Amino acid sequence: MESFLILVVNLLAVTAMLLFPFFKTRGRGIITISVITLQSLLSILLAILVFSNGAFEYTLPGSFVTGEINIRIDQLSAWFMLIISFSFITGGWYGLQYMKHYKSETSAITLHAVAFITVFTSLIDICIIRNSFVFLIFWELMALSSFILIIFDHTKRDTLKAGINFLIQSHISILFLTAGFIWMKIRTGTFDFDAIATFTSTQPAAIGTGLFVILFIGFAIKAGFVPFHTWLPLAHPAAPAHISGVMSGVIIKAGIYGILRMLLLIKADMVTAGYFIVSISAISGLYGVMLAIVQHNLKKLLAYHSIENIGIIGIGIGVGCLGVGYHNQVVAFFGFAGALLHTLNHSLFKSLLFYSAGNIYQAIHSMNIESMGGLMKKMPRSAWLFLVGSVAICGLPPFNGFVSEFLIYSGLFKGMVSGNFLSSIFMLFTALSLVLIGGLAILCFTKAFGIVFLGQSREDHSFDSDPEKSSRIIPMSFIALAIVIIGVMPALLMPALNQCAGLYQEGLIPVDATGIINAQETGTIDSAIGTISGIGWYSLIFIAVTALIFLIRHLLVSKREQRTDITWGCGYTGDSSRMQYTASSFVRTYRKLAGGVLDVKREKKEAEGLYPTDLEQHTHPGDTLERWLIEKPVISVRKFLNRFLFLQNGNIQAYILYGLIFIALTILIPLLSENIESFINLLKNL
Amino acid sequence: MVSFILIIIASLLFTGFLVKTKSMLSGRKGPGILQPMKDIIRLWRKGSVYSKTTSAIFRIAPTIYFSSVVMAILMVPHGERSGIISFEGDFVMFAYLLAFGKFMMIISALDTGSSFEGMGASREALFSMLVEPAFFLVMGSLALFTGNTSFSGIFETLHYETNISYMLGAMAAVIFVLIAMIENSRMPVDDPKTHLELTMIHEVMILDNSGFDLGTIMYTSNLRFAMYGALISNFFIGVLPLYISVPLFFAVQLLFAVTAGIIESFTARFRMSHNPQYILILTSVSILMFFGVLLMQGRF
Repeated sequence: MESFLILVVNLLAVTAMLLFPFFKTRGRGIITISVITLQSLLSILLAILVFSNGAFEYTLPGSFVTGEINIRIDQLSAWFMLIISFSFITGGWYGLQYMKHYKSETSAITLHAVAFITVFTSLIDICIIRNSFVFLIFWELMALSSFILIIFDHTKRDTLKAGINFLIQSHISILFLTAGFIWMKIRTGTFDFDAIATFTSTQPAAIGTGLFVILFIGFAIKAGFVPFHTWLPLAHPAAPAHISGVMSGVIIKAGIYGILRMLLLIKADMVTAGYFIVSISAISGLYGVMLAIVQHNLKKLLAYHSIENIGIIGIGIGVGCLGVGYHNQVVAFFGFAGALLHTLNHSLFKSLLFYSAGNIYQAIHSMNIESMGGLMKKMPRSAWLFLVGSVAICGLPPFNGFVSEFLIYSGLFKGMVSGNFLSSIFMLFTALSLVLIGGLAILCFTKAFGIVFLGQSREDHSFDSDPEKSSRIIPMSFIALAIVIIGVMPALLMPALNQCAGLYQEGLIPVDATGIINAQETGTIDSAIGTISGIGWYSLIFIAVTALIFLIRHLLVSKREQRTDITWGCGYTGDSSRMQYTASSFVRTYRKLAGGVLDVKREKKEAEGLYPTDLEQHTHPGDTLERWLIEKPVISVRKFLNRFLFLQNGNIQAYILYGLIFIALTILIPLLSENIESFINLLKNL
Repeated sequence: MVSFILIIIASLLFTGFLVKTKSMLSGRKGPGILQPMKDIIRLWRKGSVYSKTTSAIFRIAPTIYFSSVVMAILMVPHGERSGIISFEGDFVMFAYLLAFGKFMMIISALDTGSSFEGMGASREALFSMLVEPAFFLVMGSLALFTGNTSFSGIFETLHYETNISYMLGAMAAVIFVLIAMIENSRMPVDDPKTHLELTMIHEVMILDNSGFDLGTIMYTSNLRFAMYGALISNFFIGVLPLYISVPLFFAVQLLFAVTAGIIESFTARFRMSHNPQYILILTSVSILMFFGVLLMQGRF
């Protein structure tokens, strides 16, 4: 049954592509959306089967290159399949409407549709395949088709640049993965994932940790951990809105899946791995949100928030590892469950935010926050959905972001209360960074929502009311609904999360009072789940209390006199739309405070003469880490390589000569090396 | 339940005592204790004027702000008597609920399109972000000290055995007083009596609110004072019986109001650019407290 479903999911993708030549653009759109919907529903069914019946596996014969291909769907795979499927259903339906603007570009749209289906299928396959060779093939397929998705708007220079940047960084990621997997192939003789587990368990922990770090870097580039994040803020603004949403929602989560999968396989020193992951994640979270605040491009702002949220997910994973390393089930549960739930939550609210941003882009044809304002009145539906997304991403109750952050906080405080000196301090400062991330996110999203949607319009745009149509709002409303449901009824997901987190606790013996994290002080997993369900109830009570107060207010106020007048402007009553606070001024104090971390370039045109007319100030937020870790080294490497420029003289004869020299060397070196070796041996014998 | 009723009673009188202290210290007779509350009730009866620029956000924000504080108060215990809502890690939800109310107030200020209110909103967002770590550090230290992660668990087991732990309680109380002063936009971070829009924080954010909504916001401010006062009183109540703890609660509230009045009377407001440094001092004091706890527990 399950193997049949997997086959159908893959065959559907192939069928769709085979059908494309026989239809026009409209028909192709319908095929794409129906195939994506069907595939997603099947994957969701598969995931539900796994959660109710337990893990499932079978073996494909494979070829002499790959060896046998093991397919195994456990709860972790199922969880990610759920996330991917949901994101692609909403993303597909939203994208169908979004793409109507580009109806005339037939070939580009067709390629886009093919890539969209390919990304989905390869993501699902990545989750279930347990053979490193085939895994890498699908990984590459995903990277290439994401590249095609990003460069849809390929006539723009920035888009191509961002796309190529993504392509290069994706391949650096694949390079690390290949290195790690080949190392294991050499040592174990097979590409099978399970061999990695058996191999690392027989070796010293250092080897496992080393392998984990190599693979972690590979996956971290995909996921966007700092300092491997630099492709993200470029790729997101360049891609169409539904691609940004899907990319931020699930494609970067493939990196998270990889890390989680490797943690299950590799028997590394979990304590070291935990400290390593938490440190890098806390830095990612803080750095991401700190840079997000100063961005003027709405989609770039959201892209930096993806880095922040990847950081939060990483903190959860790290806390889980520490829990496993210190043999504490409850901390492990809180950490992994928090990370997994936040992965789902982030895919929901971030895609919602990106789709709203896409609506704004198609309505006013700009992404510059400084030029917006007052959109709440023109596009109220998008505005309310953006507000739900903003509150959720700040981790505020009663929405879903709070539940996952609360899980991670609980893990941190439980670990801190019962840990040793090092782990206590470490967990407290991690909790502090989480607090700061939350506070900074509030600063960022009050700015984003307030400046974009509230007040008055700052510039005159030609306004296109198309994006406010229900066909777009409906898929977005589904996401908003999911956000609220998870917020008030987290108990629905707890059994599934407990199963996923349980994978990491296999063979974990709770150590008594002598353990480093005291297990008795932290309670049981059942009580933990009870607390989380309680959170949902309290969020519901909060909603009820608010509704009640609204009712009272309505009853009292409705009969009273109500007038409208202009905003208080110290007596000034003229047009004040140009006098409003701007996004830059909103975060000015913060920018000064965080000056060292940020890299904001300012250009200022000073006032001249008695009656100055045009005053300008431009700020260009840069990325400090990108400059020091990528731009500067690249420039110096290029300088060094420029010295060999004389070799590239454009002379065909010279190139043939290089070729000949190369061939000669490849033949001669093995021959000569034997001679040299025997000569050395001769010398030794003397 | 006990604490909820006590906080509501305290909130009716708190600002009255604060204003009275300030008046007396400046040599005036001052208004009666109930005057601030009477002002609020009068506001609740009035009609409202809304700005043309505003949207629905402006109308719903004060109510959500109020309900978020009410919800937070439901979690505050009274010594060993836990609040109406109590669970492991409730102080995290407490802080995040307050943050949600603040989020709504900040965007409602931006909704008016006024540059003054934008200025106030920007400051409020930044300063409350900077205060947050201190709160979590204090709660984290107390959690570490008592081995509990809920308000009631922490305050129930907060026994004072050694002299150093008295220090700890006093330190936490001082930090909470300062947090409450900052969170309620009082001196030395913000001056509620200033008449210049450019130098305000909280007052300038609510410039365009009127009538019922303004009354709600002002009452919420009183509630927040009483809520912090209740948290501070919890450092000293512990497992005392009700006939001692209730008078103690009001004594602490009164002391807090008088202290706030004294601080307001004898300090000048900081320059806006100095506020972040001042707020960060709180965080470093709280880190000291955390290390104190680590020392006491012998975890070094």
